[in-house]
Amino acid sequence: MSDTKNSLSLGDSPLLSPVQASGPAAVLPEPKDSFTYTKQDFTSDQIVRWCPGCGDYSILAQMQKVMPGICARHKIPRENVVFISGIGCSSRFPYYMNTYGFHSIHGRAPTFATGLKTTRPELQVWVMTGDGDGLSIGGNHLIHALRRNIDLKIVLFNNRIYGLTKGQYSPTSELGKKTKSSPVGTVEQPINPLLIALAAEATFVARTLDTDTKHLQEILERTADHKGSAFVEVYQNCNIFNDGAFESFADIAVRKDKTVILEHGKPIVFGKERNRGIRLRGLKAEVVEFTAGAPPADLLVHDESAEDPTLAYLLTHLNEPEFPVPLGVFRSERRETYDELVQKQIKTAMAKPGAGNLQALIASGDTWTVE
Amino acid sequence: MPLKTEESTSGHKPGSIEEHENVIIRFAGDSGDGMQVTGSMFTHNAALLGNDISTLPDFPAEIRAPAGTLPGVSGFQLNFSSFDIKTPGDAPEVLVAMNPAALKVNLGDLTQGGMIVLNSDAFGGNNLKKAGYAVDPREDNSLAGYQVVQVPVSTLTVLAVKPTGIGQKDAARCKNMFALGLMFWVYDRSMESTMRAIREKFGKKPEIAEANILAMQAGYNYADTVEIVPNQIRVSKAVLPRGTYKMIMGNEATALGFIAASKLSGRPLFYGSYPITPASDILHELSRHKDFGVYTFQAEDEIAAIGAVIGAAFGGALGLTGTSGPGIALKSEALGLAVMTELPLVVVNVQRGGPSTGLPTKTEQADLLQAMFGRNGECPLCIVAPCTPGDCFTMAIEAARIALTHMVPVILLSDGYLANGAEPWSIPRVESLPKISVKFATDPATYKPYKRDPETLARPWASPGTPGLEHRIGGIEKEEVTGNVSYDPENHEKMVKVRAEKVARIANDIPPIEVVGDPQGGDILVIGWGSTYGAIDQAVGRVRRRGGRVSAAHLRYLNPFPNNLGDVLSRFEKVLVPEMNMGQLRLLLRDRYLVNAIGLNKIQGQPFKIKEIEKKIEELL
Repeated sequence: MSDTKNSLSLGDSPLLSPVQASGPAAVLPEPKDSFTYTKQDFTSDQIVRWCPGCGDYSILAQMQKVMPGICARHKIPRENVVFISGIGCSSRFPYYMNTYGFHSIHGRAPTFATGLKTTRPELQVWVMTGDGDGLSIGGNHLIHALRRNIDLKIVLFNNRIYGLTKGQYSPTSELGKKTKSSPVGTVEQPINPLLIALAAEATFVARTLDTDTKHLQEILERTADHKGSAFVEVYQNCNIFNDGAFESFADIAVRKDKTVILEHGKPIVFGKERNRGIRLRGLKAEVVEFTAGAPPADLLVHDESAEDPTLAYLLTHLNEPEFPVPLGVFRSERRETYDELVQKQIKTAMAKPGAGNLQALIASGDTWTVE
Repeated sequence: MPLKTEESTSGHKPGSIEEHENVIIRFAGDSGDGMQVTGSMFTHNAALLGNDISTLPDFPAEIRAPAGTLPGVSGFQLNFSSFDIKTPGDAPEVLVAMNPAALKVNLGDLTQGGMIVLNSDAFGGNNLKKAGYAVDPREDNSLAGYQVVQVPVSTLTVLAVKPTGIGQKDAARCKNMFALGLMFWVYDRSMESTMRAIREKFGKKPEIAEANILAMQAGYNYADTVEIVPNQIRVSKAVLPRGTYKMIMGNEATALGFIAASKLSGRPLFYGSYPITPASDILHELSRHKDFGVYTFQAEDEIAAIGAVIGAAFGGALGLTGTSGPGIALKSEALGLAVMTELPLVVVNVQRGGPSTGLPTKTEQADLLQAMFGRNGECPLCIVAPCTPGDCFTMAIEAARIALTHMVPVILLSDGYLANGAEPWSIPRVESLPKISVKFATDPATYKPYKRDPETLARPWASPGTPGLEHRIGGIEKEEVTGNVSYDPENHEKMVKVRAEKVARIANDIPPIEVVGDPQGGDILVIGWGSTYGAIDQAVGRVRRRGGRVSAAHLRYLNPFPNNLGDVLSRFEKVLVPEMNMGQLRLLLRDRYLVNAIGLNKIQGQPFKIKEIEKKIEELL
């Protein structure tokens, strides 16, 4: 029954290598080994249609700035970078990146990204989403992408409002917020996006700010460098429907006193004078003041790759007015990714003798012959 | 029907053997009694002995409804024959009932004078009550007119398997094999292949395998010793076309068809799915074939399943998702995106009774209009439908071929009857399967995301990783050629029409519909689609043998229809459309061809019986 001679071999095509047609399509050129791109190379020819003054512009600009470095560092050509989004203001992002892009349906971007990354592990796949897209209609997919630890870079633009539908409250809007759909204030407890990520045991969890361009760039770079599901919350100002949502701590005048930048292996210190820090008393955090340059020995030292996520969990609970708002990488650990494990299973199966013999497969089991 | 009587040549015991053309048996018992296994094993045995076979498993959605109750009854009907059958038969002539509930549920279907084999051990007081019998049916004359054989199956099974030393509970569970052994003797079957199958099934538990075999042999020997029927019955090998055969079920054939399509197209298969009855077996089957480079993704929900498939298709894979009606409802928005982005993927809908959760384990054809129209906007896609379990293999390849060559989502409409039904399948040679040629765009100088093939109107497939073809797609209306976001009124109308025209042109790439009977025309054309094929074919055959001018035609392509369909319909005085729904194909035919199609509609979660269609034809002649 076996007939390997006449059956087509899948060996050279199953996306373990770049896309290749079985038909007359040309073979792709060898990928370049140097990747010297500029910001311009990542800027598409489309007119950017966000409202003037929107925080999204900053996120786009920083992404376009860091991509050349990311491609060089990871030795990936631009054509291997893909941006996938759902629906909402943030989800228009792929149109403005001169890469492969997919503007999908509301909340489902992680699912499209999962199918693509699983079958094409050589691609760098970004998911651009928002607080409504990622945490409301698409909350389920976000959780499952994170728990699978599929190698996706997920950037959630959190403006705590529905912008594209013109100003209804979102799952991250603060309790009591008055919006078009909550004229006397919401009665819903907001979601803390980082807690969702930690609960799903995401291997990379970070937070940054649209207006802190340097930190934003750093975090995007770290996100790209992480292997596994990376989740970044970007506080992003919607100047039309929720202007100033973050100004109490993001305003440049107070930022150093009202935020704290988490740095791995370093004591958690903040303030314009660098004279305040976070200390643990039992399971409760407290702010301690000290003379600049002489921090007490018992300050909390940040460890983003601690064995368990308790510290990261605790840090996500720090909030104004009592505490500075933490920004940076809360958690980063290496765990085998979904796509790596899938590829391993497939490679193992395909390496077995007789693998992929179609005639043998369809003729398997008990058969009988009619002469 | 007994044909003749002869001396037994089986070597077991001298006695007489009746020759029958075919036999229809129904095994029935509690959900936990193993009736599906019993039926499958008899089927497997019959297939290997060269009979034609057709099966109808019929089981409740609950995994183990309370023992002994009517909702817990699970049945398996099998038709095995020495000629070409095509249906599991209208009415069983033998009923094996493992308890009173099984008797009560199934008795009405049994032919008059048929044989009932009862497990007399199960007719204790409480079981009778649970089945709603006030009086023991064995004693109130309600079984007069049937040939009743009572066997203490439970007691004899426990005694038979004692030597293996297995526990009481495991021992009692072997009673289905005892019943199987009884039937093997009645039909003068060799048990060799079944012993092999049992040993395979319980490979890791040899003592359980041996117990099952002992129970089966004990059933056989008991039947022989007490001669539970006066004459054994033999059904000879069927005369099938030359070839090598195996028994195949619809879901299995569907899975194999897509693996074949992956090979034929050189594209890896990505199957994203969420478990749902009756489609889950496709997921189970495909997940076993990673050596073919098959990816299976058990998604968090139906939407994630199709989302991942579209993502994989964007990346150049053969994207496939499978589900049943409720899952299609959830996938509708994503299907619209696939239509808009014009990516190739296949969606299998193993239809079940609806609406809502409906009848999860029962069959129906009521999702045709959902497949046609069940999305927002003008959202045409291609629809194909297999007509037998084995045809699922062929139509899976067809679905993939059309998707990949026309850059369009294709829905394959199977149903529960095809999915779980079995038939002998002539194993094809791989060389005889259609080639599927896939082209990818690679030239940055000429590439435009929505520049179309002038013949098929397919847009080019450009996959991430191809230098210079970086582009963005999505669900917002596309400008023709460039694929840029466009809200232009005239562009929208043009794109709506071109998407429809692209699907319509698939008609140039599919075979014409064939008429069985009088291609030049006649009194009645019976036209169907999907799993009604067997019953229609047999009913039309019977009426034709009596001289009726009736013909049959079966649609395997539902959108677009074959180019010659209008012409075919116009040649007949009357058009009859049997469907397991309220008349969905009929509605489409009336709309498209202004034909006065007449419906024969059955919405009972059960396939048509031959005689139901036969009767309707007679009425119309």
